Amino acid sequence: MRGRVVPAHCRRDGGATGFTKTLQTIMAIDWQAFRLTLQLAVTVSALLLVLGLPIAYWIAFSGWRWKFLVEAVAALPIVLPPTVLGFYVLMALGPHSPFGRWWISLTGHTLAFTFTGLVLGSILYSLPFAVQPFAASFASVDRKLIAASATLGASPMRTFFRVIAPLSIPGLITGAALTFAHTMGEFGVVLMVGGNIPGVTRTVSIDIFDRVQASDYTAANQTALLLLVLCFAVLTIVYGLNRKAWTISPTGKL
Amino acid sequence: MNPPRSIEAVESASLTPISPAGEPSPERSTPLLEARFRKQQGLQFSLDVAFQATPGFTILFGPSGAGKTTLLDCVAGLAKPDAGRIAIGDSVLFDSAQRMDLPVAKRRVGYVFQSLALFPHLTVEQNVQYGLTHLPQAERRARAATILQQFRIAYLAHRSAREISGGESQRAALARTLVTDPAVLLLDEPLAALDASTKAKIIDDLREWNRTHRVPILYVTHSREEVFALGERVIVLDAGRIVAQGTPHEVIEAPRQETVAQLVGFENIFDATVEAVHPERGTMTCRLAASDQGDRVLLETPLVRADAGSALRVGIRAGDILLATSLPVGLSARNVIPGRIASLQQRDVIVSARVNCGVEMEVHLTLAARDSLQLVPGREVWLVIKTHSCHLMQA
Repeated sequence: MRGRVVPAHCRRDGGATGFTKTLQTIMAIDWQAFRLTLQLAVTVSALLLVLGLPIAYWIAFSGWRWKFLVEAVAALPIVLPPTVLGFYVLMALGPHSPFGRWWISLTGHTLAFTFTGLVLGSILYSLPFAVQPFAASFASVDRKLIAASATLGASPMRTFFRVIAPLSIPGLITGAALTFAHTMGEFGVVLMVGGNIPGVTRTVSIDIFDRVQASDYTAANQTALLLLVLCFAVLTIVYGLNRKAWTISPTGKL
Repeated sequence: MNPPRSIEAVESASLTPISPAGEPSPERSTPLLEARFRKQQGLQFSLDVAFQATPGFTILFGPSGAGKTTLLDCVAGLAKPDAGRIAIGDSVLFDSAQRMDLPVAKRRVGYVFQSLALFPHLTVEQNVQYGLTHLPQAERRARAATILQQFRIAYLAHRSAREISGGESQRAALARTLVTDPAVLLLDEPLAALDASTKAKIIDDLREWNRTHRVPILYVTHSREEVFALGERVIVLDAGRIVAQGTPHEVIEAPRQETVAQLVGFENIFDATVEAVHPERGTMTCRLAASDQGDRVLLETPLVRADAGSALRVGIRAGDILLATSLPVGLSARNVIPGRIASLQQRDVIVSARVNCGVEMEVHLTLAARDSLQLVPGREVWLVIKTHSCHLMQA
């Protein structure tokens, strides 16, 4: 009944104000910060997909007795305050550390307050969100399948790409998506390492913080809501995919 | 079939190869699997074995926890022995003295696990081609097609490995391993979960394959039928040691080690003393150590090399004993012993009767036999035991 009334109402004055409002909302969001944040999240996820695999493989299959130390280090960013991590990354990138000096002698400028520095800090910050799902899914691959591959003459590398990785796809998707969502929302590390340079290091969460500082709650709300929806969408897709994958593929335990 | 052998022929834990003297060996060059190694696992268990396996089936028989799978894992290179040497013909797989430990992938050892371990994300054909990557694609296809045909699963080629039935999976797993032309084949109860007729068909196919590919096959099983269906030789493993080896007939039918006896299901095992030896009849009389109140029980048993007065053990399967409700006459069986039924217990479709005849013997009957003989506890019966149903072991 109401469905017929509302469109007629909208077509007159209500529709016009709605459109203006939407326009205002879109204008209020700092799209440059959004593009930069997406760029950062995609770069970090892609790099961690590459860097995380060997680390996760080693954690899943190494028999080294001190392995737990490495596992603890790799998990540290989960519990460490981002400002602490950010502080040390900043120190490492700056001209007072050997790495920082080496980089400056190589390129002529410091990594601190640059997009590359931001990527480096974010990789460290999101490392456990990639490595832990990867390692967990590698470890759950049936060891007999790995043994069978070896007895059929396959090298460890071939076994990884033909058996372990294909059977770990849900874990790989989870790790990449968690990294993506986590990097989208990071704040402390970015602020410490990158600062707030529009178009270079100003990410969405910094933008929100800035708006709140300036008492522009409407704009902060629009941006925050968009970020919330985006992260929720990513996680929904991941969990949805994984559930499906679990029902059709064996758990790997026999 | 196997000529009857005296049980002295079975040397327990013998390190010498079992090579039946009369058999011609047309393929003297075919590689022999020679293994002698030890492996400690935790504080409780150690595997310490030495054996040779000639081309053809060698059955590894023993209770779970005996070390059968660990033995196969050491040969395959999935587990590393603490010391020893494993070689196939001239190619050394492992030698602790030379610090030699060939990687699994280079050993050319075919291994079919109990869990089969087919790659679930690949088709049957992709599974079978998995071990053939070193070959050009056309050759790979051709070989896979041939083996799938041979194992009668060509129709499954494009099905996903996770969609096929148990028997089909078993054939696919065998085909995947055999197509790689292994130098030695390890089979860890690959047919355990199958019904008898499917199992028999797959065993036939395996035998057929083995006729053209004369490689040593180590086959782990718990099943007596499989021992007799496949076995050219049997190695009995218990608690990490080889306790007997020989032909199935020698090892299973006349075991000398009690572990073997328990394995093959002797419900009745008694301490006995040799009372008299009758070499002219090929038998002996043994007295069973009776319980205090019981009468002494004498048994006529097969002849082994033992002196009067020496101690032995006698094993008798519950299913090998006959029950009679009146004193039977005109029998070929040499042992007819009076007794009284102590208890009757139904287990599934058999009845287990405990009969007190000076010692307590367990006898298995059918339900029909119990009913037609109207057996009840307390009833007087006669036990009938053939001489060759009495299996002698070291005390």
